[in-house]
Amino acid sequence: MDIVSTFFNIDVLVRSMPLLLEGLWRTIALGFLSIVLGLIGGLVLALGRMYAPKPIRLLVIAYVDVFRALPVLVWLVIVYYALPFVGISLSPFASAATALTMISSAYTAEIYRAGIDAIPRGQFEAGQAIGLSTFDLMRDVVLPQAIRIVIPPLTNNSINVMKDTALASVVAMPDLLKQATQAQALAANPTPLIGAAILYLILLLPLVRLVAVFERRLGRSGRR
Amino acid sequence: MSQTAKSQPIIQMRGVTKRFGNFAALRQIDLDIEAGEVVVLLGPSGSGKSTLIRCINLLETYDEGDVVVDGIRVEEGRALRQVREEVGMVFQAFNLFPNLTVLDNIALGPVRVRKLSWAAAREKARRLLARVGIAEQADKYPIQLSGGQQQRVGIARALAMEPRVLLFDEPTSALDPEMVGEVLDVIKGLAGSGTTMLLVTHEMGFARKVADRIVFMEAGEIKEIASPDTFFTRPESERAQAFLDAVLNH
Ligand SMILES: Nc1ncnc2c1ncn2[C@@H]1O[C@H](COP(=O)(O)OP(=O)(O)OP(=O)(O)O)[C@@H](O)[C@H]1O
Ligand SMILES: [Mg+2]
Repeated sequence: MDIVSTFFNIDVLVRSMPLLLEGLWRTIALGFLSIVLGLIGGLVLALGRMYAPKPIRLLVIAYVDVFRALPVLVWLVIVYYALPFVGISLSPFASAATALTMISSAYTAEIYRAGIDAIPRGQFEAGQAIGLSTFDLMRDVVLPQAIRIVIPPLTNNSINVMKDTALASVVAMPDLLKQATQAQALAANPTPLIGAAILYLILLLPLVRLVAVFERRLGRSGRR
Repeated sequence: MSQTAKSQPIIQMRGVTKRFGNFAALRQIDLDIEAGEVVVLLGPSGSGKSTLIRCINLLETYDEGDVVVDGIRVEEGRALRQVREEVGMVFQAFNLFPNLTVLDNIALGPVRVRKLSWAAAREKARRLLARVGIAEQADKYPIQLSGGQQQRVGIARALAMEPRVLLFDEPTSALDPEMVGEVLDVIKGLAGSGTTMLLVTHEMGFARKVADRIVFMEAGEIKEIASPDTFFTRPESERAQAFLDAVLNH
């Protein structure tokens, strides 16, 4: 009885819902933006790593390594609290989007590269042997196969980015988690936190399921 | 097909050397192949047969010497595409494009390189599939075919570019024994059609029947060039004799 009224207090949940939904909306906006920018940034990095001249290639490798090693929270705090010292002041939303995008790009770059690497050399050779240009070879043969390989890990990465948006509450961005802690303080009851957790699950569980479906399909190898 | 005929060999290799690190996989290779000729490359494993034929369409770069195809030096640059248009290749592992149907595997080259429409290229692909005896497989994907059928698609894909030269690197080595014959029959059908062919194979009976000349390699060098009858009955070099003893008596 007590547990129910403490953690699953319907009354509190209903009252805090507008606040939570507002936070959810910001979480989705931040996550979606960072995911999309991270997908684009990663592709640019991956192509740079494979085809750019050596100095740029080394820079890309350094970038990818550094941003995969750096904890998201650390980089986020630096962007928000340290950059103003050199005259770059970003809003909480912009800071969070910047930090998440930069880190996500490093991960997606590795995923794309692994996807292209997974295409057997023989495919490239067969394409070259009939005289295809690098562009045609990529468009008609390599990328269609690589995309199937990278979709599950890219979806996984997207889930991680969406989860990492919760860190933005540290830089005072009123995302879902921040709103929930606020509502909890107002109501002197932890139910809003449970509500937030449920909203995160509603948002992310389908994506987790989707990865499983992709992976099963990929496992059935071969076609298309 | 033989306009420039005897005046100039269609493939000329002069002093071609290829190194992997310090190891020389090809040493000073000199070889001329006339248009329309069928040449079979024989030699023990690691003797450089694959490396040699891969230098002809620059899947492998070479360190010294010249490879010239139909008057064009084979090197990185603008002319390479022209060389590759004229030189088709059939791979041991087929290397079909798994994301494309059988028909589109064959049509892709003509569309992208020869600038045919997809309709025209597919029409042509259907004719080629009929020619290699698997017209009914056109709309399947490569993995749905048997090995022998896949290799016949590989041959049709090379033929679709109407190459003047066809390179085969052990086209039947990855096949189950019962499928070797169907692929060899297709290749036999191509010999004497005017297309120049350079083949690496371990099928000795086939080599003897189809070849105009046998080139025997060992340790990166050409050790002997002979007619098939001479090579299989009384090879000049001891190395070739030893090789024949090993492959014919095993
Ligand atoms: N990419 C490579 N890196 C290093 N060494 C290589 C490479 N490719 C081939 N070699 C070496 O070059 C030599 C010739 O190889 P190649 O594949 O041309 O021989 P082959 O006559 O085709 O042999 P097989 O009958 O086994 O196919 C071998 O000793 C091989 O180990
Ligand atoms: Mg070989």
